[in-house]
Amino acid sequence: MSLQIKPILVALRRHKAGTLLIALQIALTLAIVCNALFIIHQRLANLSQRSGVDEADVFVITNQWAVDKSTQQIDAQVQADMAALRQLPSVRDAAPASGYPLAGVGSDNFVTLTPDQVKPTTDSAVYVGDEHLLDTLGLRLIAGRNFRSDEVLMTSTQQAVFPPVVIVSKTLADRLFPGGSALGKSFYAMSATPTTIIGIVDSLHRQGTSQWNKPYAGQSLIWPGRPDDSRGIYYIVRARPGQLASAMRAAPKALFAQDRMRIIDPKDGLLDYAQIRHRAYDSDRGMAILMGIISAVLLAITAAGIVGLTSFWVGQRRKQIGVRRALGATRNNILHYFLTENLLIGLAGVIVGAVLAIGINLWMVTRFEMDRMSLLYVGVGILALLLLGQGAVFAPALRASRVSPVEATRSV
Amino acid sequence: MFAYYLGLALRSLRRSPGLTALMMLAIGFGVAGSMTTYAVFRGVSGDPIPWKSAQLFVPQIDAWGPVQMSGPGARSGTNEPPDALTYADAMALIHDHRGSRQSAIYAVGPTVLPTGTGHSPIPVFGFAVYDEFFPLVDVPFRYGSGWSADDDTQGAPVVVISDTLNQQVFGGANSVGRSLDLDGRDYRVIGVMKPWNPQPMFFDVVDTGGFSSDGPALFLPLQRAIASGMENVGAVNCPKGTQPGAGYAGLQQSACVWLAYMVELDDAAAVQRYRQYLDDYARSQQTIGRFGWPPNNRLRDLRGFLEYQHVVPDDTRVSLLVALGLLLVCLVNTAGLLLAKFLRRSGEIGVRRALGASRRAIHAQYLTEAAVIGVGGGALGLLLTGIGVFGVNRMLPPRLADLAQIDPSLLALTLLVAVLAAVLAGVYPAFRAARVLPAWQLKTH
Repeated sequence: MSLQIKPILVALRRHKAGTLLIALQIALTLAIVCNALFIIHQRLANLSQRSGVDEADVFVITNQWAVDKSTQQIDAQVQADMAALRQLPSVRDAAPASGYPLAGVGSDNFVTLTPDQVKPTTDSAVYVGDEHLLDTLGLRLIAGRNFRSDEVLMTSTQQAVFPPVVIVSKTLADRLFPGGSALGKSFYAMSATPTTIIGIVDSLHRQGTSQWNKPYAGQSLIWPGRPDDSRGIYYIVRARPGQLASAMRAAPKALFAQDRMRIIDPKDGLLDYAQIRHRAYDSDRGMAILMGIISAVLLAITAAGIVGLTSFWVGQRRKQIGVRRALGATRNNILHYFLTENLLIGLAGVIVGAVLAIGINLWMVTRFEMDRMSLLYVGVGILALLLLGQGAVFAPALRASRVSPVEATRSV
Repeated sequence: MFAYYLGLALRSLRRSPGLTALMMLAIGFGVAGSMTTYAVFRGVSGDPIPWKSAQLFVPQIDAWGPVQMSGPGARSGTNEPPDALTYADAMALIHDHRGSRQSAIYAVGPTVLPTGTGHSPIPVFGFAVYDEFFPLVDVPFRYGSGWSADDDTQGAPVVVISDTLNQQVFGGANSVGRSLDLDGRDYRVIGVMKPWNPQPMFFDVVDTGGFSSDGPALFLPLQRAIASGMENVGAVNCPKGTQPGAGYAGLQQSACVWLAYMVELDDAAAVQRYRQYLDDYARSQQTIGRFGWPPNNRLRDLRGFLEYQHVVPDDTRVSLLVALGLLLVCLVNTAGLLLAKFLRRSGEIGVRRALGASRRAIHAQYLTEAAVIGVGGGALGLLLTGIGVFGVNRMLPPRLADLAQIDPSLLALTLLVAVLAAVLAGVYPAFRAARVLPAWQLKTH
């Protein structure tokens, strides 16, 4: 079947403004939708990041002290609290910690391989916890050993203590010592003395979820210690399988039975990992939904615009269509005419749109903290818009093909 | 004449309800999308203290030196000094008192123990500041006032509390003079604020990240907070290889930065003098050997500092841009549809022109029609903006979403933008309609 492109182009030249407006609309829609899809995909990737934690069974208690206590008093209380928590029948294990994965904020240190290095090698999230922390979080030790209880020291607020041993995530180990040779090696984490890797865990997410953390994703270290911070402390608790709810009810009761002078915020003092994940990524999820809605509205409006304008063109050309039909053109010829016409406009639109989409992305890379977009998004976008155009034009084109040859003889 | 055009417009729109609805939908969605994101943007990027922001400045002093690799408290790879002050520098600035008002600021998180049985302890968030803080940022008072300079030097146990805390502890009564238990120590209430929660929390964005859903619950004298060992809950950033010693003594002697600072400077000359003063101060520190580098200071005004701190989240800007793109597409869409609609009536235009209507008259008639579509789209836009803002409140992090609010100015702006967008979209189609040649139209039809 030969498509008569030349007559279509001649006809379009008589509707320059309308053609240009549709092409422009397709171009802008493509440019915006590509970038929106890219943002959505990135945010969804964030949402599904592994934390390394046994999320189904773990919850976190944020425990604040209601009265001033000395570091020694706090340390004694923390140990008593731990004993109480670990005794609960629904609890598998519990550990005090300075932070937890996906907390949103938390401490991190720059890491160097030599003490006098000026530029840091990389950055690592810092957790402080005792010998129960690995089991409590459900982390998988893939090399080396856990802390011994004699390595776990009392560490107080803002005290300059750097433990000599450390457990690191595999990502950090590989970053510092490529080739799987990290065990037994030492590094410096803003410390004057070296710290030696005694264990490597499979995966452990950082506390932070912001863009700043992105280059250092998955790089974490655990130092042995009971973080006896007078501002408060996190108790991480792992319930026995299937007993999360009852453990979450029992744990605060057990703590208050130990000592009433503490504060567990009713709003966010007790969080399971579903809630923690929800909070950590609320802005990512919000952004993805917003971009999704805007893309859907854009596509709908562009489709509606194509339907509207093509319908108008069909109405305007009824007489010409009638003449063509009278001269022997089949219904299919007419249908194809309008489909081809739309395809040509669409092609012009997506070519401009693709350039625009890439341009916008490059500009956003320089202006905002954003990555380069893969060309795949542009490809998918082009295909989607061309199909959308063909789909939108189909109904009016079908109506055009049904114009009777008799119309040629009628005057308006 | 306008009434006549309006009548014509309404009649014409009624003749093709589908196309009309489509155009109104396009304008409505476009306007609602951009207005919803604009509501969030306006919430986070507003000037928290517009009457004074030009006189408020944030000094930064480089206490770490150029080769010091910097944590999140400074920008690695740039020569920017840390974004907070060390204790030594903050105290020197307070002591020299070169601005008309100033205060060092840090965040505290004490626990309030209400008197009487049956009350549980209330953890609160507040700031340790100097007496001049209150007039500096115009804190509104319901009862009492801030404290005096003497209270600062003596480290008096006084406290200014928020309206909310006053409700919780004292049932909203005038509590000035009553005592409040903070971390087991007695403080005397000296002032009660009116509800006050500036967004962003401009006086200490480093510690608050800019936004918090509750305002500060209390303020107390900085030296008193330090003397009673009330924990600093704000950010502490230290240069490489150093950690502060234990407690406040360690923090006070360390090179770590943990104090926000704000100074009021009345005119350009005062700003110039203050810059000079900061450089002189840094040079004096170089002379005594504390700084091994030439002065590297900044003195940004409040808006400049908020910009530097990226207080407006990138997400908000990106979504506003995308939503503006949506509006643009809707505009193009409406322009195309209007073009089709107007030119379809070429015959009618030909008759009107032949009967003596001027080009201007045709122009005015069709722009009126576009405006009517704008009003319809705007009404729809209002409804959708309402839904949008409600949706955003459920979708975004609460600290940001709370700021997106519907008020009369937003509603008026929505309508205005809708009508303007529709008229703008109608300019070219109306121009084309006015250029229809009457003779040709009458002859061919």
